[in-house]
Amino acid sequence: MTGSRIVALGHYQPARAVSNDELTQTLDTSDEWIQSRVGIRSRRIAAADETVADMAAAAAEKALANSGLTASDIDLVTVATCSSMDRCPNVAARVASALGIPAPAAYDLNTACSGFSYALATADHAIQAGAARNALVIGAEKLSDITDWTDRSTAVIFADGAGAAVVTPSEEPGIGPVLWGSDPAKSDAVVIEGWQPHIEQAGQTVFRWAAFALPKLAVEACEKAGVKPSELAAFVPHQANLRIIEPLARKLGSPDAVVSKDIVESGNTSAASIPLALSKLVERREIPSGAPVLLFGFGGGLTYAGQVVCCP
Amino acid sequence: MTRDEIREGLAEILDEVAGVDTADVEEGKSFTEDLDVDSLSMVEVVVAAEEKFGVKIPDDEVQNLKTVGDAVTFIEKHI
Repeated sequence: MTGSRIVALGHYQPARAVSNDELTQTLDTSDEWIQSRVGIRSRRIAAADETVADMAAAAAEKALANSGLTASDIDLVTVATCSSMDRCPNVAARVASALGIPAPAAYDLNTACSGFSYALATADHAIQAGAARNALVIGAEKLSDITDWTDRSTAVIFADGAGAAVVTPSEEPGIGPVLWGSDPAKSDAVVIEGWQPHIEQAGQTVFRWAAFALPKLAVEACEKAGVKPSELAAFVPHQANLRIIEPLARKLGSPDAVVSKDIVESGNTSAASIPLALSKLVERREIPSGAPVLLFGFGGGLTYAGQVVCCP
Repeated sequence: MTRDEIREGLAEILDEVAGVDTADVEEGKSFTEDLDVDSLSMVEVVVAAEEKFGVKIPDDEVQNLKTVGDAVTFIEKHI
């Protein structure tokens, strides 16, 4: 059976870096508190007129350039996002328009922070089914638009950015079977509700789920791909909180894997965090081409999805 | 199990999870104010306590456990 693989990546972060010290000017918090609770030193915040679609297109343009394909080769564009406020057109259509992609299937997908792994799975499935040939899979968020900047428990966490992957058919499958699911009984633990919403989360509930229920699911995602955790070259989990990433990585049992900790410099960018972090690792040549990498998204819903991919 | 035995069990967990000196773990002490256990470490303590004492401590209950004594009482009732 024909599979698919990621052939190229790209990412975009807004120019403005906001340090913890800058946040202390308007919030009752400190650099020490933020670093010890979430592990973030700095985050990027978009300009007022910079949209989710702008960032998605910027990341996608780089991924496309890195792939050697042209805009007319792309016949599927999917964007994982939970922070695009416009309902129509969707972000995927805006990205296609910005890049001059003539007639792609174009859809957004919202599973909050697990979105990129969900979107990557749907693109892989579409290619395997013959419904698409070359896909652009993007995670993009402008969480600064839906952050309550007076709430010190969330304002220190969330940030903006985008990452993108070009996915093409492959004789050897380079995207492993997805392990996806949710825990809807905990759906109130992360909410972005109503008109002019703000992200609210029950930190302890999310932490307990992520640090204690997810590790065995991450192992299961490896099993689905027939890869032992000890064989992974890298682990790129959703960049939620360093206090979640570290125990998750420890319990996964892959001591030699590079573990992405992009949250330190980028904050939590929800659906953008995995492609953003992966693109940076690949750009810095920290993962050998062809090596197995576990992507594992989790968040609002509560939803999760993970798959082992071959590093482009 | 006596209250003292439960408190001693909690002290071991607090030492392991959050580096709290076992001698400081007294019933009147607040986890956050006195023992410097932050909200996420508190979750780790709760999960370890569930395992050690064979009890279920639901998410909604965690915020009610302000002091070591609160936790001892909860565990004593549900053990």
